Amino acid sequence: MAKDCTTCVETQEKQEKLHKVIAEHKGTRGALIPVLHEAQEIYGYLPMEVQLEIANGLDVPLAEVYGVVSFYTRFSINPKGKYLVNVCMGTACYVKGAGLILEKLKEALDLDVDECSEDGKFSLEACRCIGACGLAPVMTINEDVYGRLVPEDVVGIIEKYKNL
Amino acid sequence: MNNINITIDGIKTAVPAGYTILQAAKELGIYIPTLCYLKDINEIGACRICVVEVKGAKALAAACMFPVSEGMEILTHSPKVMAARRATLELILSNHPANCQICDRSTNCELQAVTKKLGVREIRFEGESIHADIDEGISIVRDNNKCILCRRCIAVCKNIQTVGVIDAVNRGFNTTIASPFEMPLGETPCVNCGQCIVACPTGALRERSHTDDVWAAIADPDKYVVVQPAPAVRAGLGEEFGYPIGTPVTGKMATALKRLGFDRVFDTDTAADLTIMEEGTELLNRIQNGGTLPLITSCSPGWIKFCEHNYPEMLVNLSSCKSPHEMFGAVIKSYFAEKEGIDPAKIVTVSVMPCTAKKFEAQRPELGKDGHADVDYVITTREFAQMVKDAGIDFRSLEDSDFDNPFGNASGAGVIFGATGGVMEAALRTVADILNGNSGTDIDFEAVRGVDDIKIVEVEAGGMKIRAAVAHGLGNARKLIEKVKSGEEELHFIEIMACPGGCVTGGGQPVQPASVTNWIDLRAERAKAIYSEDKNAPIRKSHENPAITNLYKDYFDEPGSHKAHDLLHTHYVARGKYQ
Repeated sequence: MAKDCTTCVETQEKQEKLHKVIAEHKGTRGALIPVLHEAQEIYGYLPMEVQLEIANGLDVPLAEVYGVVSFYTRFSINPKGKYLVNVCMGTACYVKGAGLILEKLKEALDLDVDECSEDGKFSLEACRCIGACGLAPVMTINEDVYGRLVPEDVVGIIEKYKNL
Repeated sequence: MNNINITIDGIKTAVPAGYTILQAAKELGIYIPTLCYLKDINEIGACRICVVEVKGAKALAAACMFPVSEGMEILTHSPKVMAARRATLELILSNHPANCQICDRSTNCELQAVTKKLGVREIRFEGESIHADIDEGISIVRDNNKCILCRRCIAVCKNIQTVGVIDAVNRGFNTTIASPFEMPLGETPCVNCGQCIVACPTGALRERSHTDDVWAAIADPDKYVVVQPAPAVRAGLGEEFGYPIGTPVTGKMATALKRLGFDRVFDTDTAADLTIMEEGTELLNRIQNGGTLPLITSCSPGWIKFCEHNYPEMLVNLSSCKSPHEMFGAVIKSYFAEKEGIDPAKIVTVSVMPCTAKKFEAQRPELGKDGHADVDYVITTREFAQMVKDAGIDFRSLEDSDFDNPFGNASGAGVIFGATGGVMEAALRTVADILNGNSGTDIDFEAVRGVDDIKIVEVEAGGMKIRAAVAHGLGNARKLIEKVKSGEEELHFIEIMACPGGCVTGGGQPVQPASVTNWIDLRAERAKAIYSEDKNAPIRKSHENPAITNLYKDYFDEPGSHKAHDLLHTHYVARGKYQ
């Protein structure tokens, strides 16, 4: 029974971090959104167990927590890949052909929007305006921004991350 | 208070400071439509159907929220206002199923009423409409296809009841009212109180109907069907047949039940008297023998489930008494069955309740014996009214009649169970007599009546001082329980009813639209029916009800006896939240 216990140690560490975040914000007005942001940082996504922990910790109904999580596209209830590919679907990007970029990405990653690859490496999302309209059409991969894209650029960019 | 001078539609008037435009217009007899506005519950100005023009303001103002100010000039029906209202309404209607005829709330729908008031006869907008699955729970059915996103249900659930199991999820056109992770309501800590149903302006929320089951039982010659209506039913039922709010219809109700074909018509009030005997004895036992205090009433199944989810450590404080109709179900299938020589397996017990939580309660496995549920079916006051209509009975022309023997009519203490403070008052009448060792004339405990959030009373009897509290609405219950837990309040006895106002304004009662409830206190108005029945009752104390004394003489020996415990008492289940 040589079960590797790194995962449980990791889980415990994450939970401790979350508890600390909740304790820091508890009792302040409007605490929910900052806590959700930090929780998403810690876990990468916001599964039911995490939302329940936050609801109980901040004394906010779970229904309200879920309502807020489901309202904002920045929050996710599904696990995210190591590399989060986000295509801006704001008006400027959309008219400059963001739809074509997204189609190409679906093909290159073999993923649909809001899906995560089985190896946990990539997830694909379409988001609202990220405010880089001058670079339209834009996509981001984690913190990296790629602008003035044409569909032909896509495969090359993805390959780079596949090999990282 | 200072008066504010304003002009509405050219009429000069003065209204108190702090009034909204809606209130001011109402005083002048000017109708402004509302949909999302529910006084004291949902004041968010979201639906924009109540917009008016305020001179000098850039945009139209929501009359339900906008306070008047000195010199304000308001137009409530200008062409601009009417066009905006129509556009808003047509947009709502463009995403609302047009099958009013078969809707539960037809003729009692606020969307329908506003559409008629505004004279909208066509919808200019066409587009996508939502397609939502229907969530059918044990007590409550949610049909989001009919939801207009007014959020009244959310407000009552979250802010008034502090249950908070529904909220707005997703955004834009995809917004729906849902439980977390869109799970069925039955998998959440929902307590089935049904306050969302009576807050809903449309047919998006309703009770799960059991009238077909009841009709089938009545039609079955092998079944002996016994019915009992709760105290509060008589205080609300009349509204379904055009009587003014607060009109008691006890006699007609009994006649209607007989006409529907029930084999016996008993009164849950009798079981309320029985509850007082058991619970009063339990209270005195706990006080005199160092038991867990405060003792908390267990009549309200919404409160019980709330306690099971939120305060499992307080379950030991709950009275072990079954709720009155469950006690009666058990008595009907034991004592009554024996007395009349009827096989309990053939008896079907039906409860007419002002309550949707009773539907969940009735199917609790602990509330039954030898595989027979104490109560087989629970129907709400609304469902009962529908059965009367189904049967073509002209309710208003019915003669009054009494309840059937061997239980007959109950005491006034039994009937006041239907309003907040009523269980407490009924208990105090009996407990005071027991402690004083005589039949006191001090019957009216006014301090526990009325709709104050939390009422606290101290009663002295037989040299003993009893400190008691009453809370109605689960938000108030939560406040009171927190005070007890922190030691801020030291009490012997607590009455809690899940619904604000108690059972008279329960989730199974006739639905009054916001156009009524925004202007009167429905809780107080319906309670008047209850207290007038009590006042006129020949017997006003539970322990003086001859049906009850006979029941103990013939069957149970004494309150709290072994047999009483076997049939009239129960236990509770600690439930987590979202397991």
